[in-house]
Amino acid sequence: MSESSLKNGDQPRVAFAVRLKQWGEFAVEAVIRLMGLSTIGIVILILSFLLYEGAPLFWQVPLGSLLDTRWYPTFGYYGILPLILGSLFVTFLALVLAVPLGVITAVFVREVAPAWARDILKPLIEVLAGIPSVVLGFFGMRYISPIVREALGAPTGLTALTGALVLGYMALPTLISVAEDALDAVPKTYRDAGLAMGASRWQTIWRVTVPAARPGIVTAIMLGMGRAIGETMAVMMVTGNAARMPIELDAVMKPVRTMTATIAAEMGEVAKGSVHYRTLFGIGIILFIITFLINLAAASVMFKKRAGGGLR
Amino acid sequence: MAQRSLEKIGYALMTLVAIAVVVPILGVVAIIVAQGLPALSWGFLSEMPYDGMKAGGIFPAIIGTLLLTLGTAVAAIPVGVAGAVYLAEYAHDTALTRAVRLAIVNLAGIPSVVYGLFGLGMFVLFLGLGTSVVAGSLTLGIMTLPVVISTAEEALRAVPREYRTVSASLGGTKWQGIRNIILPQATPGIITGVILGLLRAAGETAPILFTVAAFYLPSLPKSPMDQVMTLPYHLYVVSTQVPGMPEEIQYGTALVLMALVLSMNTAATLVRSYYRRRRTW
Repeated sequence: MSESSLKNGDQPRVAFAVRLKQWGEFAVEAVIRLMGLSTIGIVILILSFLLYEGAPLFWQVPLGSLLDTRWYPTFGYYGILPLILGSLFVTFLALVLAVPLGVITAVFVREVAPAWARDILKPLIEVLAGIPSVVLGFFGMRYISPIVREALGAPTGLTALTGALVLGYMALPTLISVAEDALDAVPKTYRDAGLAMGASRWQTIWRVTVPAARPGIVTAIMLGMGRAIGETMAVMMVTGNAARMPIELDAVMKPVRTMTATIAAEMGEVAKGSVHYRTLFGIGIILFIITFLINLAAASVMFKKRAGGGLR
Repeated sequence: MAQRSLEKIGYALMTLVAIAVVVPILGVVAIIVAQGLPALSWGFLSEMPYDGMKAGGIFPAIIGTLLLTLGTAVAAIPVGVAGAVYLAEYAHDTALTRAVRLAIVNLAGIPSVVYGLFGLGMFVLFLGLGTSVVAGSLTLGIMTLPVVISTAEEALRAVPREYRTVSASLGGTKWQGIRNIILPQATPGIITGVILGLLRAAGETAPILFTVAAFYLPSLPKSPMDQVMTLPYHLYVVSTQVPGMPEEIQYGTALVLMALVLSMNTAATLVRSYYRRRRTW
């Protein structure tokens, strides 16, 4: 509708339509902004509810008895040290496996592999990312645990090592894809410069490309670590779940119990509001804080890289 | 010369590492398929379990998982897509925007079992929804948000700038441009992201343990306020909680769950590659 075709009397109506449209625009934008900002609200909500249910623990139970080495809730022992150490121990073992495998595979996929090999590798790694953790836990119980039992001559195959093997593979998809993105962001000119200086392809990869991608690779390892420490079902099914301190030399070959598995296994059986119930929420708070810090660190590496304007 | 042959060994080792990563993946899929196929029958998929779940099918678990996935979609898509539109189209690089991004990164990193605790505290107890499909869907929906937001934002950002300028030059408002031009162009990418988020939700066990999942139910759910059986929890139950469970039921359940999730994965990949080939930019 062109302005000239308007009669005088139409003007208020047009002005109204324009104002309506402006208001509509304003309303839509407000809703969208609200939805975007709601993500911050959700993080705060999650923390609030964990604190709401878990914080009373800290004035019901003296801190000293929480930092005990015994976790026997039925007898009133709520020491969470074995659970924290159990989680850290299994996560550490998983990373010992996953970091070399993941980083080397990422370098292989991005820098070495021919196109056809890449086309096989990448979808397969996506498949691994898609398999539900309960299926991998089931597989671990059925196939990896007997292998561990026979290889080590241990009385049970449900050990920290079994958990680490399963967890290590579960951390791989995250680790590989983030590390690969980091390598991808290294400008081609870096590689060209390396080769032009007379370095072989191997030297260029390991002394130019990989060091240039290091912040991203560190991020990848941290995100993989976050994934491993928060994993629940698979770990619960294959680690044997004995709440004990993993401090002996052969702790690798003994059962262990993680924080996540403890919550998942026991929350269904506790009375609401009991000390046991509050302790499980307390463990949830600890997990929240640990993963929050890991992700904060990973994100700050990412943001710093972007702010520095270095790569890409 | 020695240098060269050392490098050859190095490349061979890298290839071996890649094979060591891939072979177990193939192994898991092949073994679950091989062991699970004999258990599959029409009856296994369409019958209620009986005899302490040691006989019969897994029909209620399949229905439960489908219902939960649908509920998760309803909960996650509106907020997720709107959040992505905010980040891609409205947000400037301010401290607030960075806080939103940080929140999303952290949501993505929160362990699934902690989402379960949150769902129990907020939806089941505080809002009084009880252990129900609604409580479980909301919990899974929130867990799915970061995946939906980040993939949808990427899809929106991939739409060329010219589309926005042309829409504005024709007198369209910002929202008209987004609704009529940008969102339709980004839809395939958004669908891919939504499917990727939902498949994670469909396979999760920990967040639904205390919010919706039932060990065994004699009948199908009648309302969204009912509990349901689900495939992932059913697999956990039949493989660890019930002694003397026939193996084929365990493998059959694992296969159905894996097939459901991997077919969603394939669907996401197909949507992405189909539209990538067809699009004009």
